[in-house]
Amino acid sequence: MSQALALPTRRDEAFRYADLPALTLLWPVAVEAIAVAAGETGTLAIVNTGAAPVVRELAITLAAGSKFDLRILNAGSGYGRIAVRVQLGEGAEFTLGAAQLAAGGQTLEVVTEVAHAAPNAISQQTVRSVAASKGVVNYLGKVLVQKGADGTDGSQSVRAMLLDRTATANAKPELEIHADDVKCAHGCAVGELDANALFYMAQRGLPPETAKQLMLQAFVAEAFVGAADEKMLLQAALKALENML
Amino acid sequence: MSLLSIENLHATVADKPILKGLSLTIGAGEVHAIMGPNGAGKSTLGYVLGGRPGYEVTEGTVRFNPNPAHAELVVPKGANGQPSPFSSGTAPSPEGKNSPSTSSGWTGVGEIDLLALEPHERAAAGLFLGFQYPVEIPGVSFVQFLRESLNAQRRSRDLAPLSGGEFLKLAREKAALLKFDMEMLKRPVNVGFSGGEKKRAEMVQMGILGPKLAVLDETDSGLDIDALRVVGDGINSVMRAPDKAVLLITHYQRLLDYVKPDFVHVLANGRIVRTGGPELALELEAHGYEAVAA
Repeated sequence: MSQALALPTRRDEAFRYADLPALTLLWPVAVEAIAVAAGETGTLAIVNTGAAPVVRELAITLAAGSKFDLRILNAGSGYGRIAVRVQLGEGAEFTLGAAQLAAGGQTLEVVTEVAHAAPNAISQQTVRSVAASKGVVNYLGKVLVQKGADGTDGSQSVRAMLLDRTATANAKPELEIHADDVKCAHGCAVGELDANALFYMAQRGLPPETAKQLMLQAFVAEAFVGAADEKMLLQAALKALENML
Repeated sequence: MSLLSIENLHATVADKPILKGLSLTIGAGEVHAIMGPNGAGKSTLGYVLGGRPGYEVTEGTVRFNPNPAHAELVVPKGANGQPSPFSSGTAPSPEGKNSPSTSSGWTGVGEIDLLALEPHERAAAGLFLGFQYPVEIPGVSFVQFLRESLNAQRRSRDLAPLSGGEFLKLAREKAALLKFDMEMLKRPVNVGFSGGEKKRAEMVQMGILGPKLAVLDETDSGLDIDALRVVGDGINSVMRAPDKAVLLITHYQRLLDYVKPDFVHVLANGRIVRTGGPELALELEAHGYEAVAA
């Protein structure tokens, strides 16, 4: 799919939890194509911390032996949707690290479809989301291993933290495998901050907001481990967290 | 001067009564040991003092002489207003769930109603709770955690926060005292530590935070003989002072060989049923709780 012109509906799986009224105003969305040549390396950091809604569609094609490292901080106060399609050539490597911080009533989502089209490619996706108040955080991620893509190594690690009973997290890690010799792993968990840890930290003198901030900082940092822009991403995330608590 | 006085304390956990009229007074400079059978309420006492959510005080009072605050923060009884003992920003919450009857943390000069304070305010007041099962906190380093904790305590006492260098110097000194590898303090809090390492790390934290009263819940469990001696020496050097006190919660006599108690209490069925000197611990060891507490 190069460019979808018809406005999606809830029946479109990739838009199941989308903020459709906000999407309507930005539709249609131009697809940003990124191609990495054989043996080359590319990186991209997307930082969305503004007030305006952001909807982006990326189509990344990785030639044999190439690498791409994508990091996302999705923490704007309006609708934020980053959708990524990735096509992996032989031995290519794709890394996604995404953190989402929804403080209010906004919907933030990362939607991925990673296709292993040739043998021995690696994809690693780490998504850490935090939602407070009436915030909604979504991750819809599909790893598709095509016929003949033996030696595939695909992993998805998806975790969400809900700070209030009114917050929502939707997570759908998905594997579709049409090859025999593949290694695919996915883990998904939605939870709350560990009450034992919060009491332990309070007992040492940390006010609750500081304790929460330290724990969430550590949680979110997992999405940015090894990034070229790790420091910048962490600082931006920290600022967004401070506004959140 | 009494540092802590608990009077007729009743507490429930999930609506089940655990403490049923416990009274205990700890004077400055004293070491007390509480021993007792499983399920007597020993750990509950520690959690109630620390203010753990879910531990409800239904009756009784706990008064505490806090860490020295600045003189201007000490307000005599009956003074106008109800300023916080620590800072203007962290007044003891009037709606404090443990103290329906109090609207101020103050009950007298230099003495506070401990139960009116939030857990972090109790820590700042000088209460340290050594956990039986210290909690792992992935991704947060000990150094960062402890520096933030100590500085939060210092700010609430109107003291300047320690710089990174000053803090590391203090941490190094206290780690050495407990023969604890400083490198381990750069790792995430308690993550991957053995049981004994966690207990030793608790004592390093106690050394760094410098509380007035340490309530140590089974700090001896999980320690080998050598570690027990190191921890015992650590408790003595950090907490044996005229203005400090220790409450040891333990099942066994062996820690008391290193940290000599002034008083030994037997806790059974939610109350102190017997109090004696160090010889009581030996008697318990020889004859068991049933014979002694009966």
